[in-house]
Amino acid sequence: MSAILELRDVTRRFGDKTVLDKVSITIAQGSFTALLGASGCGKSTSLRIMAGLDRPTSGEVLLGGSDVSGLSAYERNVAMVFQSYALYPHLTVAQNIALPLTMRHLSALGRVPFLGSLVPGAAEARRTILSKVGEAAESLGLAELLDRKPGQLSGGQKQRVALGRALVRDPALFLLDEPLSNLDARLRIRMRSEISALHRRTGKAFVYVTHDQTEAMAMADQIVVMIGGDVAQAGAPRELYERPANRDVAAFIGHNAINFLEPGDGIDVDGAIVGLRPEDLAPAATGALTGRLESAEYLGSEIVLSLRSAKGTEIRAIAPADFDVPAPGSEVRLGYAPHKLHLFDAATGVRRRTTP
Amino acid sequence: MNHPIRSRVLPLVLLLTGAAVILLPFVWMLSLAFKPRDEIFTTTIEFLPSQIEWSNFTFALTETDIPLFLWNGLVMVTGILFFQILFAVPCAYALAQRRFAGRGLLFGLVVAALLVPFHVTAIPIFLGFAQIGILNTMWALILPFIQTAFGIFLFRQFFAQLPADLFDAARVDGMSETAIVWRIAFPLALPAATAFAIFSVTAHWNDLFWPLIATTDPNLATPPRGILYFRDQESGDNVGPLMAAAVIVTAPLVIAFLLAQRKFIQGIAAGGLKG
Repeated sequence: MSAILELRDVTRRFGDKTVLDKVSITIAQGSFTALLGASGCGKSTSLRIMAGLDRPTSGEVLLGGSDVSGLSAYERNVAMVFQSYALYPHLTVAQNIALPLTMRHLSALGRVPFLGSLVPGAAEARRTILSKVGEAAESLGLAELLDRKPGQLSGGQKQRVALGRALVRDPALFLLDEPLSNLDARLRIRMRSEISALHRRTGKAFVYVTHDQTEAMAMADQIVVMIGGDVAQAGAPRELYERPANRDVAAFIGHNAINFLEPGDGIDVDGAIVGLRPEDLAPAATGALTGRLESAEYLGSEIVLSLRSAKGTEIRAIAPADFDVPAPGSEVRLGYAPHKLHLFDAATGVRRRTTP
Repeated sequence: MNHPIRSRVLPLVLLLTGAAVILLPFVWMLSLAFKPRDEIFTTTIEFLPSQIEWSNFTFALTETDIPLFLWNGLVMVTGILFFQILFAVPCAYALAQRRFAGRGLLFGLVVAALLVPFHVTAIPIFLGFAQIGILNTMWALILPFIQTAFGIFLFRQFFAQLPADLFDAARVDGMSETAIVWRIAFPLALPAATAFAIFSVTAHWNDLFWPLIATTDPNLATPPRGILYFRDQESGDNVGPLMAAAVIVTAPLVIAFLLAQRKFIQGIAAGGLKG
């Protein structure tokens, strides 16, 4: 698939501080890419550079194959959804959604109230805008709210208006900057599927910035993990989960935080650090790994065990719900499948090519 | 039961006394404006006229130049306010929401300029205007005030509270920086603008200092300047119409303030603006 957007060796410095260090990211046509990372890793800066709201110190931004470094956000025809929604408080929902279209279709004179209707073509353009706004509002379930001001909307509704404003202009690319982080957990999951549905319906590429790996895993077909202003790994969610390129990515991806076992903790492979996910580690009578039980959390579908190795490293394992939890302090044997081990170089943290 | 009442009496008495002292000249002005000529100079103090006398107002409005003075005041005040907003709002937006080298220094200069009273610059401006020959014109009354450090400061403080995302969103939507200033920033700053307008209009409507220096033409006289002419002409023996004129000159401000009171206090408090 061809690339709609490409960052090539993009570096961005603010004063002495290097926020992005030769970052290269490729966004395929129609894909859903998540930029995932902790705050301050440069993911939002990357997005702003894609949008044209920020300029790289060096490097290239290619949109549809041509260099757009000199173009403004508007000229790139990208749509952006902000974390704070960034709705215009003094305009109604309808005016908020219509704004990108009025800027495009009406001349400065045509935008003036009353007088504007005298400008040739303005009435026609207004009708087009009105029908497009109606369509977008309908598809997002906002038809009832068109005359409200943003102050009268709930968080979820504001987010929909922000999506509507992005949708209505038919952009080449959607950029979303942590759009769900201001919503409560339940609403977040619902909006997640709505955004996925929107992606399928438009068929346009989405770039989605988030610090929540669950969101990234659930929605994206490509995840770009950014750490400290660098792309740590880019790939499909499954690839990142099954073959994390280094310790940091392994620590970031996965619902349960991965265990890192040092040599002497019970699994020794040429002095490598061994990564083993809790969900790949379960109590087994003949298990090779032992640990002293510290606590157990019963979650209904499973039990999360916290243990400590002889050396003192914390190990977390997941037992089936019917597991008979022994008293704290007792020895528990844990089993795992050898191919589930992730080996990382002790010095660099980079994944080792060969798995035993 | 007794206590709360007693604790309120003292502040109330103090406030009433204070209000009486401040209001007395206004009450006296109103009283004189409505009194017939023979009741104005008497040995006793009578607040209420024996009959309402409108002739003072008709005299002030028809026999004198008061309407012209009011018109001049209106033109000057609107002109000043228009240009002040025109320049202060974009400046404030740039200082609050754009990053450029020397921004901090520039804002520091604006704050420093707040400390310079107009009287310091009055003479250089007078000499400059004399050089280019615009003394005794309406422009001489308007131009010295179109740059306003106070306005820039007030609007900047307001814009600095607005989320930067809002302006980024507008840029993505295709607005130029100028469009953002007038279509997004300015409408949101209306409470601040109202407060500023009241400050500006009051200050310049009441200003006697500069009109006295910059103009000598009676046709350009603003209300306070005009009342001065009026007093000279009548040599003080026609107090009734003079007071009626004073009422006419004061009334627009009082009415405007009452109408905009709520917005004014909002703007001064410049509370959080939630989007």
